[in-house]
Amino acid sequence: MLNATVAELSSALAARQVSSVELAQLFLERIDRLNGSLNAFITVDAERALEQARRADAQRAGNAVVGPLTGVPIAHKDIYCTKGMRTTCGSRMLENFVSPYDAHVIERLESAGTVTLGKTNMDEFAMGSSNETSYYGPVRNCWNRGCVPGGSSGGSAVAVAARMAPAATGTDTGGSIRQPAALTGTCGLKPTYGLVSRYGMIAFASSLDQGGPMARSAQDLALLLNAMAGFDRRDSTSVERAPEDYARMLDLSLDGLRIGVPEQFFGEGLDADVRARVEEALHWFLAQGARRVPLRLPNAELALPVYYVLAPAEASSNLSRYDGVRYGHRATEYEDLLDMYVRSRTEGFGEEVKRRILVGTYVLSHGYYDAYYLQAQKLRRLIAQDFVQAYRDCDVILGPTTPTTAFALGSKVDDPLQMYLNDIYTIPAPLAGLPALSIPCGFDAQGLPVGLQLTGNYFAEARLLGIAQRYQLATDWHLRVPREAPL
Amino acid sequence: MSLSKDEVDRIARLARLAVRPEESAAVIERLNRVLGMIETMRAVDTRQVEPMAHALDVVQRLRADEVTEVDQHVLFQSIAPAVERDLYLVPKVIE
Repeated sequence: MLNATVAELSSALAARQVSSVELAQLFLERIDRLNGSLNAFITVDAERALEQARRADAQRAGNAVVGPLTGVPIAHKDIYCTKGMRTTCGSRMLENFVSPYDAHVIERLESAGTVTLGKTNMDEFAMGSSNETSYYGPVRNCWNRGCVPGGSSGGSAVAVAARMAPAATGTDTGGSIRQPAALTGTCGLKPTYGLVSRYGMIAFASSLDQGGPMARSAQDLALLLNAMAGFDRRDSTSVERAPEDYARMLDLSLDGLRIGVPEQFFGEGLDADVRARVEEALHWFLAQGARRVPLRLPNAELALPVYYVLAPAEASSNLSRYDGVRYGHRATEYEDLLDMYVRSRTEGFGEEVKRRILVGTYVLSHGYYDAYYLQAQKLRRLIAQDFVQAYRDCDVILGPTTPTTAFALGSKVDDPLQMYLNDIYTIPAPLAGLPALSIPCGFDAQGLPVGLQLTGNYFAEARLLGIAQRYQLATDWHLRVPREAPL
Repeated sequence: MSLSKDEVDRIARLARLAVRPEESAAVIERLNRVLGMIETMRAVDTRQVEPMAHALDVVQRLRADEVTEVDQHVLFQSIAPAVERDLYLVPKVIE
């Protein structure tokens, strides 16, 4: 059961082969055994999980109408507010923060009957690509404990990869779902901006932040997205659309599929093993009747500087709310109100968060706004237009998720630019607001997983998941068990 | 361009942050490397381009001007660092 997908667990629960309480116990024991060394969870609430599991079992026993996720255990990134359960966002600032309300995503998944095992570790305020900026210590990669799992949703990725949870939630601003999925051999989907409500999801960069599922198969991502997506009036950018079944195209035909291959995603800095695995995946698709469409995304190389203007600018504004007055960390000693703000924030935030607040404050400050912030917004449009143009000629864009596989803990944490380069292929999609996913497509010479990124047109999640599902029916990369977390 | 210590201190003041003296040199050096990377986008001619503030062209939704929230101040203030008589406590602002 530990090795089962969400779809398999759902069938086993429906067939009464296992109870929800038994599943919750199984995963809680696994967490208990592995979390000390992997550090994937910040908070585990066994009592709450078992209570939810008992309720799910009672619903099923009472012949209530139950959905495919009733009784399925899940882990949540610690960025989603959970009522009555600590939400830290990986920060000292929120070390003792217990939210008075649930995030929309939590409400949706719990009303679908899922069982919350706990809250997963993450880079502080989702700012990082290695999980090393967490106040609660780094998460370790279960393929090699000396390596990072990626970030910022690294705890969710390792929880899923190490079979401590069959699925987890994540959030993605510049790659925070897809990059850790790639580095841990799991699957992660960043939906179209606006599809999943941001209500109760602690804000980093509001025009980019988007929640999404992380799991071990494309089919599972579809099942989870069905529960997570949907209009919510409490998020002013939530999209009003008729509900759709994201699993409806899982038997999609690949014959004639036009796959865009941007030369910019295969340039300098791409590891040779990663390139080889991604090209092998491309050839598999071509062998199924797909067509290769060479593409140019001429402004793609601007995505990194544009992102590192816009995201810090929005972050500096969003994080101004942490002032030690209404909730969160307050310094114990201070002279006056201003000193209280400064000390509370200086103590409560870690180095990377402070760096991004400073960058954001600078690019928004008097005299620099037009030169940096407005210029970045204009370039964002050029980047988005490149994609609009590209989707006239292709149905999906294929490339690597990351330039390299997982790197050693500590190897990049002191060099922000090296760290930022990890997101070079994942940043363009959120700038344009497009959906994108990462699935495993093999291993490098060190036995570390390689991620394949598929980017779709707006609201093309069902098609993306269908394409990924076809690949996963023919390959077993997504089924491999990490060697440092054996079953 | 490269920021001086004074400029970094000014930005930190705006952001209500303090740069500790012993960390100052490393903070400034790393900040300047990030700003150097950002600098590369300034050369592109964007005079004819409309800024893009959001990923999707959506309009702000309006709602009826009605009370929709209930008073939850007790719940909200239960997580505050310092509260007295239903008020958030801060250091004295006016002498």
